[in-house]
Amino acid sequence: MQYQSQSVAKLYFIAAIGLFVGQILFGLIIGLQYLMGDFMFPEIPFNVARMTHTNLLIVWLLFGFMGAAYYLVPEEAERELESPLLAKLMFWIFLVAGALTVLGYLLVPYSGLAQMTANSLMPTMGREFLEQPTITKIGIVVVALAFLYNIGMTILKGRKTVVNLVLLIGLAGLAVLFLFAFYNPANVVLDKFFWWWVVHLWVEGVWELILGSILAFVLIKTTGVDREVIEKWLYVIIAMTLITGIIGTGHHYYWIGTPEYWQWWGSIFSAMEPIPFFMMTVFAFNMVNKRRRNHPNKAAVLWALGTATMAFLGAGVWGFLHTLSPVNFYTHGTQITAAHGHMAFYGAYVMIVLTIISYAMPILRGRQAANSNRSQVLEMWSFWLMTVSIVFITLFLTAAGILQVYLQRFSDTAMPFMVVQDKIALFYWLRELTGVIFLIGLVVYIASFFVGNDEPEASVEPTAE
Amino acid sequence: MLFLALSFDSVSALPERDNRQNLTETVAQGKILWEENNCIGCHTLLGEGAYFAPELGNAYHRLGGEAGIIGFIKSRPKDGIPGRRSMPQFNFSDEELQAIAEFLKYVSEINTANWPPNIQG
Ligand code: HEC
Ligand code: HEM
Ligand SMILES: [Fe+2]
Repeated sequence: MQYQSQSVAKLYFIAAIGLFVGQILFGLIIGLQYLMGDFMFPEIPFNVARMTHTNLLIVWLLFGFMGAAYYLVPEEAERELESPLLAKLMFWIFLVAGALTVLGYLLVPYSGLAQMTANSLMPTMGREFLEQPTITKIGIVVVALAFLYNIGMTILKGRKTVVNLVLLIGLAGLAVLFLFAFYNPANVVLDKFFWWWVVHLWVEGVWELILGSILAFVLIKTTGVDREVIEKWLYVIIAMTLITGIIGTGHHYYWIGTPEYWQWWGSIFSAMEPIPFFMMTVFAFNMVNKRRRNHPNKAAVLWALGTATMAFLGAGVWGFLHTLSPVNFYTHGTQITAAHGHMAFYGAYVMIVLTIISYAMPILRGRQAANSNRSQVLEMWSFWLMTVSIVFITLFLTAAGILQVYLQRFSDTAMPFMVVQDKIALFYWLRELTGVIFLIGLVVYIASFFVGNDEPEASVEPTAE
Repeated sequence: MLFLALSFDSVSALPERDNRQNLTETVAQGKILWEENNCIGCHTLLGEGAYFAPELGNAYHRLGGEAGIIGFIKSRPKDGIPGRRSMPQFNFSDEELQAIAEFLKYVSEINTANWPPNIQG
């Protein structure tokens, strides 16, 4: 570790992994509720378990992004963090606020939570992904501002690199777009229109900048390729992201009461959204092929290549599958959407966070550059277990989705939703079993932090050139 | 920039499509109830939400009007239906049930470019 203050990242990474476990456990619960509708009912109804699953995902990814920023910003800026104390304080505030919110979901009926937190003063609750009580949302904004101040000042007073600036723009965009979560008009169409400014412009806009910059950082470190080369790639990738992703928002404006020209704008621009993801794949493999040295942390390189590949598959390929309006007419709001959501979130954002953790954690724990071979082998096993699981989860949900679309929407004798769900239960069973394997992968992942700690660091074979 | 222009145009074009003339006090109250009970955590509304339970954007038509909606919500057993995906019993007052039903009626009258493809949602 080059700068003492980078060590705050460790807290953030540990919390991220802990919440990740919670997310997966709740995923298994709702997966089972799909099949055994009365499982845990009425104590923990599906909607409560689902919001716990999705909110934990978002919160742990945010912990991961913040940890990534606290780790890489000082190193890039070549100076200590503006205020490590503020970073630690915000960590605890965010963690406690997050824990209270989740406890609120689980212990109080949702409408009771709305009452307790005076939702009627400023109603923002009860919309997908934005279920948090208004007071929690305000807390998120406060934490985000303190965080942006902290890394913003560090960058301002230090060396300004492209990686740092792209990361900062991404993080600032994340915070600014979140403000639309406070806009909740009674008009359903307007509500939905701006809801997407948070959700879509996050995952297909500013989060991609964060993804790109973390990936670029890890590639600079592990391949030794010239920073200039990597920066050029990063520029082109983020330019393509913004050109396609912003108007690409239109792929959510086909059927919610917005004008029909969005079917053209949305289809054309979102059809180009896979381009930046594909460029990321080419970028990562190219840089690794052109590497100047072999980095001893093979696991981190594997995660980086995995991210670039799986983000393209999940977001690019599975996104494209249903993004054209004539297709989306039939697939909108089905298991096809769920299939895509899972692979895209895992491939892009889960994996990039695990990439930076894989790269940084050994160093944060006092290693020179990498864990022991034994630990890395285990970590790579977990990579394959989790990644192959998510591929199969996606395939099973896609199969379920195709059947659902056919039986419920396409065939001449369309059947009711609940009847169709019964007919495709086989795929939900397969999905649930695969979910268990994912959990095993996650346990192996965590185990990799505890094995081989007293063994020597992995070393590298002589360089290729 | 272009996106902002299109967004601005959309927002100006919405009055033609978003059924705002029927957005009464009761409908607004219905939306709050919809949110404070997190119906979106199980259902989709115009295709957005969770995929655990039926689409409700057109439930007004599928269930044959407000009475059908109210009857359905009212009749949910407190402990669920054994083995079946269950919807909670929310113990709404008659006035609240009316508000939710009117909210779903209002949503069903939004011009959605003919989505969903059929009555099953
Ligand atoms: C825990 C999940 C859950 C929540 C929360 C929930 N529902 Fe449901 N809802 C269901 C399920 C499951 C069905 C299908 C029940 C069946 O067919 O037996 C259903 C069916 C319905 C139907 C009938 C749809 C049809 O076409 O048959 C209506 C109307 C409805 N819900 C309204 C609501 C409203 C309004 C709310 C919020 C106040 C709500 N639901 C919250 C799970 C839920
Ligand atoms: C990593 C980036 C991405 C993530 C994390 C992601 C995630 C998601 C999620 C979670 C949803 C469901 C939203 C809801 O609940 O209603 C969704 C919907 C959608 N996504 Fe993505 N997505 C990504 C990239 C893309 C790309 C690049 C495309 C297009 C090529 C795309 C096309 C779509 C479409 C068309 C929908 C709407 C599905 C429907 O009509 O039901 N996504 N995405
Ligand atoms: Fe999108």
